[in-house]
Amino acid sequence: MRTIGIIIRKEFIQIFRDKTMLPIIIVMPFVQLLVLVFAATFEMKQINMVIVDQDQSASSRRLISKFEGSPFFTIDGSTFSDEQANDELLAGRSDIILKIPNGFEKNLVSGEVSDVQLLVNAINATVAGLTNAYSNYVIADFNKQMISENVNIIQPVKLKSVDVTYSYWYNPELNYKIYMLPGILVILITIIGAFLAALNIVREKEMGTIEQINVTPVQKFQFITGKLVPFWIIAMFELGFGLTLGKIIFDIPIVGNLGVLFGFAGVYLLVALGLGLLVSTMASTQQQVMFIIFFFLLTFIMMSGIFTPVESMPDWAQKVNIINPFAYFMRVIRMVLLKGSGFRDISREFFSLLIYAAIILSLAVWRYRKTA
Amino acid sequence: MTNKPIIKVENLVKKFGNFVANDHLNFEVYEGEIFGFLGANGAGKTTAIRILCGLSTPTSGNLNVAGFDIYKQTELIKRNIGYMSQKFSLYENLTLKENIRFYAGIYGLSSKEINKRMDNLLETLKIGDLRDKLIGSLPLGWKQKLAFSVAIFHRPRIVFLDEPTGGVDPITRRQFWDLIYQAANDGITIFVTTHYMDEAEYCDRVSIMVDGRIEALDTPAGLKKTYKVSNMDEVFLKLARAS
Amino acid sequence: MKQFLGFIKKEFYHIFRDPRTLLVLFGIPVAQLLIFGYVVTTEVKNISVAILDRSKDDVTREITQKIIESDYFTLTQNLQSDTQIEEVFKTGNIKEVIVFEPNFAQKLGRDGTAQIQLIADASDANTANLIVNYTSAIISDYVQKQNKLQLMPMQIKPEVRMVFNESLQSVYMFVPGTMALILMLVSAMMTSISIAREKELGTMEILLVSPLKPAQIIIGKVIPYVALAFINAVTIIVLGNLIFGMPVNGSLTLLLAESLLFISLALSLGILISTIAKTQQVAMFISLFALMLPTIMLSGFIFPIENMPVVLQMISHIMPPKYFIIIIKNIMIKGTGFGFVWKETLVLIAMMMVFILLSVKKFKIRLQ
Repeated sequence: MRTIGIIIRKEFIQIFRDKTMLPIIIVMPFVQLLVLVFAATFEMKQINMVIVDQDQSASSRRLISKFEGSPFFTIDGSTFSDEQANDELLAGRSDIILKIPNGFEKNLVSGEVSDVQLLVNAINATVAGLTNAYSNYVIADFNKQMISENVNIIQPVKLKSVDVTYSYWYNPELNYKIYMLPGILVILITIIGAFLAALNIVREKEMGTIEQINVTPVQKFQFITGKLVPFWIIAMFELGFGLTLGKIIFDIPIVGNLGVLFGFAGVYLLVALGLGLLVSTMASTQQQVMFIIFFFLLTFIMMSGIFTPVESMPDWAQKVNIINPFAYFMRVIRMVLLKGSGFRDISREFFSLLIYAAIILSLAVWRYRKTA
Repeated sequence: MTNKPIIKVENLVKKFGNFVANDHLNFEVYEGEIFGFLGANGAGKTTAIRILCGLSTPTSGNLNVAGFDIYKQTELIKRNIGYMSQKFSLYENLTLKENIRFYAGIYGLSSKEINKRMDNLLETLKIGDLRDKLIGSLPLGWKQKLAFSVAIFHRPRIVFLDEPTGGVDPITRRQFWDLIYQAANDGITIFVTTHYMDEAEYCDRVSIMVDGRIEALDTPAGLKKTYKVSNMDEVFLKLARAS
Repeated sequence: MKQFLGFIKKEFYHIFRDPRTLLVLFGIPVAQLLIFGYVVTTEVKNISVAILDRSKDDVTREITQKIIESDYFTLTQNLQSDTQIEEVFKTGNIKEVIVFEPNFAQKLGRDGTAQIQLIADASDANTANLIVNYTSAIISDYVQKQNKLQLMPMQIKPEVRMVFNESLQSVYMFVPGTMALILMLVSAMMTSISIAREKELGTMEILLVSPLKPAQIIIGKVIPYVALAFINAVTIIVLGNLIFGMPVNGSLTLLLAESLLFISLALSLGILISTIAKTQQVAMFISLFALMLPTIMLSGFIFPIENMPVVLQMISHIMPPKYFIIIIKNIMIKGTGFGFVWKETLVLIAMMMVFILLSVKKFKIRLQ
C-alpha cells in the first residue's frame, strides 16, 4: 500500500509542477464545454428564403407575409427571375425558394387548387426535412384561414380527424443542451484521463526513467495502480466540476442519484484509463500511443451515440459498441441525470463495465514487462 | 575484499535473432570489489549488465546474483541491487528531495530513515542547498553524482553502473570515482562498465569484452604484465587487434 | 539541396517504418468514412416504441400496424397501464409511447374525432422531435386515406423539390465533413507532434546546428505529411464515390488543388502549435482540443451554423474547415467552378499566411 502511495504522490507532484499542462487539463475542457454545448442544436431558427412572386397579387402578398410572420423564416430577397433565385441557392446564400406562379390568385379565387413551388436546398438532408415541414405548417395555416373566411362559399365536408397531442417527458422545452452537455463532458474527461494515463508510462520509457523503476522490487500491480489512481482522481474531479458548471450555467436537471452516477463513472474510468495504460505498456514512443489512442477515440466517440441514437445504428455497429466504453457511459449519464434512472435500471451496464475493467486492468498488469 | 563470489556467471548467452550479443560469458565478481567491465561500444557490456539487473532475460546460462537465481528469484535480486543506467534516470521535473523520497520509498525505507540518510548525504556532499532544486536545472556532472547517490541510497549489496561517467569532464570523473571508492569502503560491491581505459586503472579487477566475448580478466597490474605493456589502453588495443 | 533531400528521406523512413502508426494513418479515413456513412446517420431508424392501447379495436390495431410497418419504428412492448410508462423510459430503450384513448374507434365513428397521445422521451430533444413528427405524419396519412382524399377548394398545394439531393441522402454532408476533419487532424496533429518530439528529445538542437536552414528543417518535416494527407484526401474521394455514390460534379483538378491548399493550411497550423508546445503531450492536447471537437461541431459538419447563437457563428468564421467544407460541397455536389468559391479560397490562403507568419515570428524569438 505504501509503495502505491509513493508512486501516486510522485505523479501528482509531476502533474501539478507542469505549468503548461495544468491549464490544458483544467481550463481547456471547460471552455470547450461551455462553447460547444451551444453549438449542438438542430433547432431551426433562421431559414433564409428567396421569393419569386410572378403573381404580384393580394393573395400572393398575403402568403408571403405569412412566411414573414413565422419565427423560422427570414425573407432575404425577392426576384422575378428564376435564374437569379437559383443562383442564390447555388451559392448557398438561401435555404429555400418559394415560387408563386402567374395566375396564383386567379386559381385560388375561382375555387380551384392553386400550386406554389418550394425548392429546398437539400444538401443537409436533416435540415431540408425540417425546412420542408415548417413551410408546410405555414401553408396549412394559410389554407385553414382560407376555409374559415369562406365557409359560406365552400360546402363544409364532414371529415374524420385524429387529435394528436404530444408530451415531451423529462425535457418539455426540448432543450437540446441538457442532452449534449453530459455527452460532451464524457468525451472531455475521457480524453484527459485516457491520454494522460496512456502517455505517462511511455513517457517514462522515452526518458529512460522506467529502467530505474524496473530494477526496484516494485510489483507490477503496484506500479499500474500507482499510475492509474492519479488520473482517475483528476477525471472524477473534472466530472464533478463539469456537472457543477452545467448546473449553474445551463441548469441541467440532476434528477437521479449522484452517488449512482459517480459510482458508475468510477468504474467507467477504470476501463477508459486501463485501456490507455494497456496501449502504453505495449508502445515504445509517445507518438505511437497518441496515434493509436486517437484512432480508437475518434471511432468510439462517433459510435457512442453522442450525436445520434445508438438504436438507429446498424446491428454490427451495436455489436461493436459492446467493447465501446463510451457507449455505456454516454447512455447511463443521460439516463441518471435526465430521467432519474436508479441503480436497478443501469445494473446491466454497471456489471458489464465492471467485468470489462477487471479484464483490461489484468491485461495491463500482465502486459507491463519489467523485463525486456 | 574477500574471495567470496557475489555474482556468478556461467556460460551466459544472449542472442537477438541471429546476433550474438553475449557469447558464453564466464566470470565471478567478489564481494566488496570494484569490478570493471570494459569494452568498446557495442561489445555487449550493456546487454550483460541489463541481464544481471533483471531487466532482460538471458538466452541461456546459469547466473546467480547476491545468492539468488536470476531466472526464479529476480524480484529478490532487485531488493539487493542498485542500478544507474547509461541514460540519465532521475526525474528532471522533480527536486532532489522528491527523487530520493520516491526511489527510497519504493525500496520500502521508512520516512524517518529516508530523512536521516538524506541529511547525511547532503552533508557529505556539501550540497544542502540543492535539496529543493529541480534536477533538470543542475549541471550534468551533478546529475550523474546524484544519480549514483540515489542508486546506492537504499544500501544495496551490489551496484551496477553502466557508463556512469559518459560525457562529463575529467575533474567530475575524478570526483565521481571518489564516490565509488567511498561506496566500496562501505562494503558495496561495484560493477562498472566503461570504455575509458584510464578508469580501468581504478578497478580491483577488470574484464575486457570484445565482440560479445570476454577476452581477458585480471587485475590491471596482472593484465599489463601479461601483455607486456605500460598502460591499459595498450592492453585493450592489443586485444581488439587480435580478434 | 542534397542534404535537404536526405533529410526528407529520413522523415519518410521515420513514419513508414512503424507499421502501427501507418495502419492508423491510413485506417483513420476509411474507418471514419464507414462510421459516418453507416453509423452516425441523422436519419431515424428502428426506434423502439411502446404502445398503450386502451381501446384495442380494429382502428387502433390498424394505426399501430401502420406505425410499425414503417422503417422508423419497432414495436418493443405493449403496455397495460400508465405506471409502466415511467418504468420503460427509465430502463432506457424505449423512446416513445403511443397512447390510444378508450373507445377510440367508436369515438372516431360517432364524433368524427378521437385522441392519440404521443409521449416522447425528450432527454434527447432532437430525436424526440423527429420521432414525434414522423409518428404524427404516419397518423395523419392514415386519416387522410380514410377521408378518401377529398379535395378542398381554395387551397394551396405546395409542390416541393429537394434541390441537389432529391433522395435526401446524408452522404452529401458527411463526405465533405469527414474529409475536413481527417485532413485537419492528420495534418495539424501529426506535424505538431513530430516537431515537438524533436524538441523534447533534444534532437531539434542537433538539426539546428546542421547546415540545414530552419525553414528547410520545417519543410522537410512537413513534406511527408503533405503526401500522407493527400493520399487520405484521395482515399476519401474515391471511397465516397464508390461506396456511397458521392459525385464529383465539378472539376476534379480544382477539388484536389483546394484539398492541397487546405492540407497546407492545416500543416501551417500544426507548425504554429509546435512553436508554442515544448513537449509532445502539450502539442497533442492543444491540437486535439483546439481542432477535434470544434471541427466536428463548429464547422457546419453536423450542426448547421445558422442555428447557433451569434457568438458561435462569429467563432465559426475563424474555423478553417467551415470554408473548406463550403468549397468542396460546391465543387462535388453543385458542380460549380472557381467563380463560386474564390472568396472562400482567398480566406483559406489568408489564414495560412497568418499561421506561417506567426510561426516564423515565434521561431525567431526562440532562436534569439
